[in-house]
Amino acid sequence: MSEPTTKRPVAGSTVASSVRRLGLGEMRHLGLLAALAILVVVGLVTRPDNFATTSNLVSILSLAATIGVITVGATFVIIGGGIDLSVGAVMALASVWATTVATQEQGPLVMVICALSVGTTVGLINGLLIAYGRLVPFIATLAMLVAARGLAQRMSDRKTQLIRVDNSAIVDLSTTRWLGIPLVVYIFALVVVLGWILLNRTTFGRRTYAVGGNVEAARLAGINVRRHTAVLYGLSGLCCGIAAIIIMARTTTGSSTHGDLYELDAIAAVIIGGTLLTGGRGTIVGSILGLLIFTLITNLFILNGLNTSDQLIAKGLIIVVAVLLQRRNLKERAP
Amino acid sequence: MLVMKGIVKQFPGVRALDGVDLDVRAGEVHCLLGQNGAGKSTLIKVLAGVHQPDEGTIVFNGEQVRPSSPMDAIKLGFATIYQELDLVDGLSVAENIFLGHEHAYFGFVNRPAASKAAREVMERLGHPEIRPSTEVGRLSPAAKQVVSMARALSHDARLIIMDEPSAALAHDEVANLFRIIRELTAQGVAVVYISHRLEEIREIGDRVTVLKDGRTVAVGLAARDTPTTQIVSLMTGRNVEYVFPPRGGRTLGEEVLRVEGLTAPGVFRDVSFSVRAGEIVGLAGLVGSGRSEILEAVYGARPAAGRVLLEGRPVRRGVVGTVRRGMGLAPEERKAQALILDQSVTANITLGTLPEFAKFGWIDRKRERSEAKRLSELLDIRPPDPERPIRNLSGGNQQKAVLARWLLGGLKLLLLDEPTRGVDVGARAELYAVIHDLAERGIGVLLVSSEVPEVLGLADRVLVLREGAVIHQGDATELDEHRVLDMIMNGRAA
Repeated sequence: MSEPTTKRPVAGSTVASSVRRLGLGEMRHLGLLAALAILVVVGLVTRPDNFATTSNLVSILSLAATIGVITVGATFVIIGGGIDLSVGAVMALASVWATTVATQEQGPLVMVICALSVGTTVGLINGLLIAYGRLVPFIATLAMLVAARGLAQRMSDRKTQLIRVDNSAIVDLSTTRWLGIPLVVYIFALVVVLGWILLNRTTFGRRTYAVGGNVEAARLAGINVRRHTAVLYGLSGLCCGIAAIIIMARTTTGSSTHGDLYELDAIAAVIIGGTLLTGGRGTIVGSILGLLIFTLITNLFILNGLNTSDQLIAKGLIIVVAVLLQRRNLKERAP
Repeated sequence: MLVMKGIVKQFPGVRALDGVDLDVRAGEVHCLLGQNGAGKSTLIKVLAGVHQPDEGTIVFNGEQVRPSSPMDAIKLGFATIYQELDLVDGLSVAENIFLGHEHAYFGFVNRPAASKAAREVMERLGHPEIRPSTEVGRLSPAAKQVVSMARALSHDARLIIMDEPSAALAHDEVANLFRIIRELTAQGVAVVYISHRLEEIREIGDRVTVLKDGRTVAVGLAARDTPTTQIVSLMTGRNVEYVFPPRGGRTLGEEVLRVEGLTAPGVFRDVSFSVRAGEIVGLAGLVGSGRSEILEAVYGARPAAGRVLLEGRPVRRGVVGTVRRGMGLAPEERKAQALILDQSVTANITLGTLPEFAKFGWIDRKRERSEAKRLSELLDIRPPDPERPIRNLSGGNQQKAVLARWLLGGLKLLLLDEPTRGVDVGARAELYAVIHDLAERGIGVLLVSSEVPEVLGLADRVLVLREGAVIHQGDATELDEHRVLDMIMNGRAA
């Protein structure tokens, strides 16, 4: 992403164009891929014995899956010119609601539906407050962060709720493997692919860019900006619901403490991925690469037995460097 | 007073300035002419300290200078009034005027002194009605312009650079602007004046420098006596007449739009008119006469009492509905209200009619691209690459893309607000031809422009507005510029 220009290459070879079509060809993604490659090399050099093992790769991907799903939703909201701070709390609430005694009575399918609908509903409430109540997104979702976390504590009485053995189908999502990879990782991958399609191939995606890029122009072009905004937050909530299922599967619990500070990780991943906080520009691929960089750093620190505080410092530095590079990009684009 | 020689400024991939010479004398109004992309904006940014030239020298009052930052340029006595006004909307008039050089003691702003000084500057500019305590965001574009000017004056500028100062102004306000400019030059201040309006340059300018493709092609032409054809051919490298397409040849169809008793208290009242298919109806009036607001009300973007009927059926308020019924608007502030600058030309063109390219939300990108390509060829949008970001297009081509957006749907009524604002002379003629072409296809056009000749040249029928009321309605051919100006300025109905 240190490349100075975002100009598209002059009608390149077919290989180049198909790379571009994948969204990988953009210069800034090459930068992210390079950063990712460097981290992999660091991993191979420092821990040659256990970095490149299947179990380590699986644990990286499982770790990435939860926040990854949330990051997809956050990418939509941020490209659409908003911000959602409530994601971690909404995920916690969804996990708690889906694991209450009453819900668990109904079986795993109802638990899944419960998590998804709690997430979507809370997200839509955010969206309605922002789009129709004209609250600033930062404030509305900050309020939701606090309130959802509180509600989750109330429902669970601050206790961790275990998934009952007869509902172990949920837990199976993380223990069952296809080709050595847990199902939750496939869920993550599916969300990424669907998110990419929604953003790049549908009217909804195009309008998300339009609303985030110039809300007045979008309105005057006849787009129902309010409804669109509300749906964006609903989508983010739905992603939180999916993330709740993944974290329930991985931890076998629902808890009001799940997802603490996930909003910061998700937003950081989106920013590192090159999405502008002001909206109108950004990609799902970038966000996921940003997230993988973040997860890989965590993994490398753990493998090398380094201090978690140092890990936070490293992450902070990465965010700053990424944003500085982006700003250089923007400046050089201007005539 | 100011001599610039051989200024070169290179951007990645573009040589924006390629050897520009400029020589400005004290007390003169020096006009800078050139098409969009000729390098005018870059040149003034060099003077404003925003860009540093790669080559060339700037000599000011006998000393070689090199403004390295905006603050530096201000200290030298250069003040720049940008086309896109750079005011802080959330601050008051006084705070904006003295932004960066506040009346302050140890960081505490002396508000009474600031507002007194602001009031004095405003009076000097002939606008005592703009109060220092008003929030700038609440002001009209014209009033904001005055505030920008006040800011330049507050710096004791010796060289004032104005980038299209009249673009946001109506006729009487331009007269006021000229009065201020004359006052300033009488005091020895030099003004570099950029405008697309030749008639203004003849009125206010002393000498003209013409830029083309980043180079100076003519220095110090006499502003009053140089023939238009010579100036235009210097700018374009070809001889283009500034002409409207011939009238006639269009058959008017059924009534498309009927507006009855449209009223928005304090803005406009009891406005009634109709537009037929294939007809161009122009609204002439000053800024503040309610012309743009009427367009917005018809479009459903502004609440108003009264009835708006499209093809005989009333329209519901709200843009979503009016667009679905076949209305399209090309708004006044192109960049702020019409374009998604980060997106491609194609995405901008299809923005208003996206559902037509989609099945169940899934965009048929092949068809979308081919339609965008067809339209950009039809309207001759250059460069002919619809995948290019619209940000990189000139004003005229951006405006064509906005028009193209509405050609896609079953457009019945096109609302145009200042369609040629910030568009150079050559592209204007092309836009006029496009607008005529649309009318020929049976689209009704409702046009607003500050430039009376434009309204008269394009429209079949003209409504003259004054202070929110229609004071005259009639055929364009029965009116001339003089009479219209007389009506809108003196309130005499013809």
